[in-house]
Order: sequence, then structure tokens, then C-alpha cells
Amino acid sequence: MIRTLLGATALSLCLVGCGRSDPGLSQTGERPDLPDVRETLVPPMKIADPIGWNGQVPTVPAGFTVTAMATDLRIPRQMLVLPNGDILIAEGRGGNAPSLRPKDVIAGPIKKAGNTPVESGNRITLLRDANNDGRPEVRTVFIDNLNAPYGLAFVDGAIYVAAQDALLRFPYQPGQTRITAAPEEVTKLPSRINHHWTKSLTASADGLTLYVGIGSNSNVGERGMAVEEERAVVWAIDRATGARRTIATGIRNPTALAIEPQTSALWAVVNERDELGPQLVPDYLTSVREGAFYGWPYSYWGQNIDPRVHPQKPDLVARAIAPDYALGSHVAALGLSFASNGGFGGAFSNGAFIGEHGSWNRQDPSGYKVAWVPFANGRPAGPPVDFVTGFMTADGTRGRPVGVTFDPARRILLVADDLSNTIWRVAPRTTPAP
Amino acid sequence: MTDRMIGWGRGLHALHGLLLSFPIALFTAAVVTDIAYLKTAEVQWTNFSAWLITGALVFGGLVAAWALISLLLGLRSAERTPRLIYFGVLAAMWVLGLVNAFKHSQDAWSSVGALGLILSILCSVLALIAGVLAFSSLNTREIAR
Repeated sequence: MIRTLLGATALSLCLVGCGRSDPGLSQTGERPDLPDVRETLVPPMKIADPIGWNGQVPTVPAGFTVTAMATDLRIPRQMLVLPNGDILIAEGRGGNAPSLRPKDVIAGPIKKAGNTPVESGNRITLLRDANNDGRPEVRTVFIDNLNAPYGLAFVDGAIYVAAQDALLRFPYQPGQTRITAAPEEVTKLPSRINHHWTKSLTASADGLTLYVGIGSNSNVGERGMAVEEERAVVWAIDRATGARRTIATGIRNPTALAIEPQTSALWAVVNERDELGPQLVPDYLTSVREGAFYGWPYSYWGQNIDPRVHPQKPDLVARAIAPDYALGSHVAALGLSFASNGGFGGAFSNGAFIGEHGSWNRQDPSGYKVAWVPFANGRPAGPPVDFVTGFMTADGTRGRPVGVTFDPARRILLVADDLSNTIWRVAPRTTPAP
Repeated sequence: MTDRMIGWGRGLHALHGLLLSFPIALFTAAVVTDIAYLKTAEVQWTNFSAWLITGALVFGGLVAAWALISLLLGLRSAERTPRLIYFGVLAAMWVLGLVNAFKHSQDAWSSVGALGLILSILCSVLALIAGVLAFSSLNTREIAR
């Protein structure tokens, strides 16, 4: 009793004092430092304060330029470059989780302040920049009236769209700028509640299989485990028949999937749980191993028990595996794209670009940038490097990166910014013609 | 029945009693739903607790404000000490209730745990003490007007 009351006092003091991060901890790479669990009565928070770009642009490394390729979009998330170079942009916001507790009623508007007030696009926009000068000649609504589209893929002449409730296939003719034909439903996707609504999508190297990432229906099971069936998983879907199987579980919110070009292995960026302290739990980049259980909700980063989950499942935790590479706590990695065909060359030849939307659950913001993770032999090889920054400044938040897409044919990196509703185009600086 | 209990004074007394009844009923109900959650791990019970505690804070806040005003208005009166005690009990109930509301905003098992249950019990005991002080015949008129 006395211990509990002391705990209560400590918790109350933590209202002001416990939000601090320890800058000495290394939270990226294969073996991140994991501090003790620090639950507080009010989680440490720093909500993005949107101020817009006002004509300015993000910061890129020397030798690169960045320009706004499209503005005034309606919540751009993920992108896809078609074989003819046309760029598709999925726009929208999903989810229909009802408020169950006073907390949901209060926290909802607080977190909303850090996002765009723009209405969900529920569409896919097409950009055509045939001469690759960064100024698109054509911009059209490619597909309209979708239900919160997110993941995109192009396989064998067809366009695949992962909406928040179904995987759809659209017939496509090369050069088409608008599709009005009705889609074919490849398979339904779990959509009840949709606390984490984004359905990430990529195709296997041989094009036979489509992988879909399906996020959990809660932070850590607080809506009950009954609503978590086929959540926090990655599905492998047979493209021809629509038959699916679950290849990874306990993978809390796999927000982007991509195929590593050297090994053809499936990789994911995954958002981990909140409210265990400013430096727990690191979001991660991992190869998705067949049959693997990544711990959620029972444990994190392998077999570290989450004290909030009852009843515990020691048998499940015993086979939980640690992911491959930590990106930092609360960075909110939402984008993943591998550099292929030599990438940008030099230090950016072989590796992955990671779009980090940025934190709310810590007072020292993390993320709010595009990071680069160098690879060698199909594995991360070295610490992450900042690639595109300047999204958050001392004055406020100018933008928040989501999807990133490297186009090897044109040697450009596209970054979707869902706060300023912009697509940024990063390209090597070329010497101007005389 | 004295003159002081008739008319407007009586209506106020009834309103005060009604307001005080809410934290008594809602905090004690939260003890029950907390125990139900700890026994079953069914999340709906902790959701109930969170709303019960929130409701108790809304009405408990009003009745605590009432007690404070009556204390301030009667600082020189003979009922100063019982009114001070009454307000003190309500204030402690409300502050612990607020801590408990934050505790219940944590996720899953942490929304209750041992601490949440103890806070709910303490809030209930304080609400019941406030009820005894307010409703016991000797103190009724002094405290509740």
C-alpha cells in the first residue's frame, strides 16, 4: 500500500519531470539502447505546430536540389512511379475508431492539431513530367471516389490500390491519365474500427504475390484482443486468385513495405507502441521473416515484456524475435523506398530512404525528416544519415514526410508531405547549360 | 422542521444533496468496475470506470465548489470548523479523483492496476465520509445551506 502510494506520488511528479529523454542513449541500429519502462499519468507530448513553408523548401545534402512538384493536394501519403514515368499519389485519411473513453474524446482534438485540416482526398492524382524538369505538364485526378487509398503497386499491366477496406485491381492502358472503369476486388482487407487504417502494399520481385501490411486496432490491446484478429500482420496475397496467408504477426503497424533489390527480400518499416516513455519503443526497419512473431502487444524489441497487457502470453513471447534495425523512438516511419540501379551514386548508392512523419509522444521531437540507411549485401550497414530535413524548425512544423519513392530511371526521390500537402522532388544538382 | 429548511433554502438543500449523491454513487461504482476489470481483464469494465470517475469529477467539482463558497461565506460563523472539514474531504476526494482519471487514461492493464483500484477506493471512502458529514442530522443545516 505504502509502495503504491509512493508510486502515485512519483507518478504525479512525473507529470512535469519524467518527459525528458536521455541524449546519451543510442536508439538506432541493430541493438538500440532500451531504457526502463516509464509510464506517466500524462504522456510526454509535443504536438506539431503547423506553420507552412511560406515559399521555403526542405534542406537536402550538398549536390542535390529540392523543389515542390505538386502542391494543394488532399493529404498525399504513398506514391508510385509507372513504367512511363507518370507519378501516382494516393491521397486521403481513413479510420473510423469510435471514442470509447474520456481519453479518446480529449486526445483526439489535441493530436489533430498537428495534422492538416484538409478534407480526405480519397483519390489518386497523376503527375506527368515527361522532360523530367520537375514541373509536371499534366496533373489529373487518375482515380476518384476511393475509400482512403494508401498502398500502390503496378504489376503485369494493372494498377493495384490498397484502400482501407479492400485490395483493388484497376485495368490500365499505358499513357492513360484517368481511369473510370470499375475495379476488381482482389480481396477484402480487415477494416473494422481501423484504428491504424493504412494498408501498405508492395509486390514480390516475381510479381506473383502481393504483400499487404495491416496495422493493429489499438496502441497496445486496450480495445480488447477480440478486435485484433488479423491485425498487426503482413498478408501475402496470391495475385491470381486473391487467396491470402498471414506471413508475419505481432508487427504493430507496418506502414510501408518494399522489396530489397539485391536479395528480393520483403522489408517493412513498422511503428511501435506509445506511452512507455519518450525513448520506448523504437520504430524499426526489418526484413519480414516468414512465420515470424514480432511481439506486439505482449512484448517489444524481442522479448521485453509490456506490463500493460493482461493476460500475458509467455509461450508467444518466448518465440518473439527482435527486428533488424531500430530507427529511433516515436519517429513514426511511414515511408520506405530502396535505392536501386546505383541510386544517386556515391554515399547514396545502396540503401533505403525512410520517411519519418515525426513524434507526438516525447517532448524532444524525433523524426520529421527523411533518413537514409546504407545497405551492403542486402542488410543495413551503418548508422542512419539525414537526407531531407528542415520539416521542423524552432518556429514550428513546416511539413511532415510520409511516403518516399526513389525513381531509378530518372534518378529522383519523391517525398509526400501530408502537412503542407506537397510532393517534394529531390534530384542531383546538374550544371546549368551554358 | 424549522423555518430555515423551508422554501428556497430547502430547494438549495435538495440540490446540494443531489449533487453530492453523484460522486458517492459514481466513485463507489468505479470500485466495482475496477474489481470486475482486474478479475476478468475485459476492457469494457475499465472503460466504465473511466466514465464513472469522469462523471464523479464533474459533479464532485460542483459540490466541492459549493462547499468552498459556503466555507468562505461563513468564515466567522460557529460552523466554520465543520465546513472546513467538509470542504477538505471533498477537495481531497476531487484531487485524488483527478489523479485517478489520469491513471484510468493509461492503456490496458495500466488503466487500473493496484494503484487505480486503491485510488478508486480512497475516492469512494472520502465521498462516503462527505456524505455522512452532509447528511447526518446534526450537521445537515450547517453544511448544506
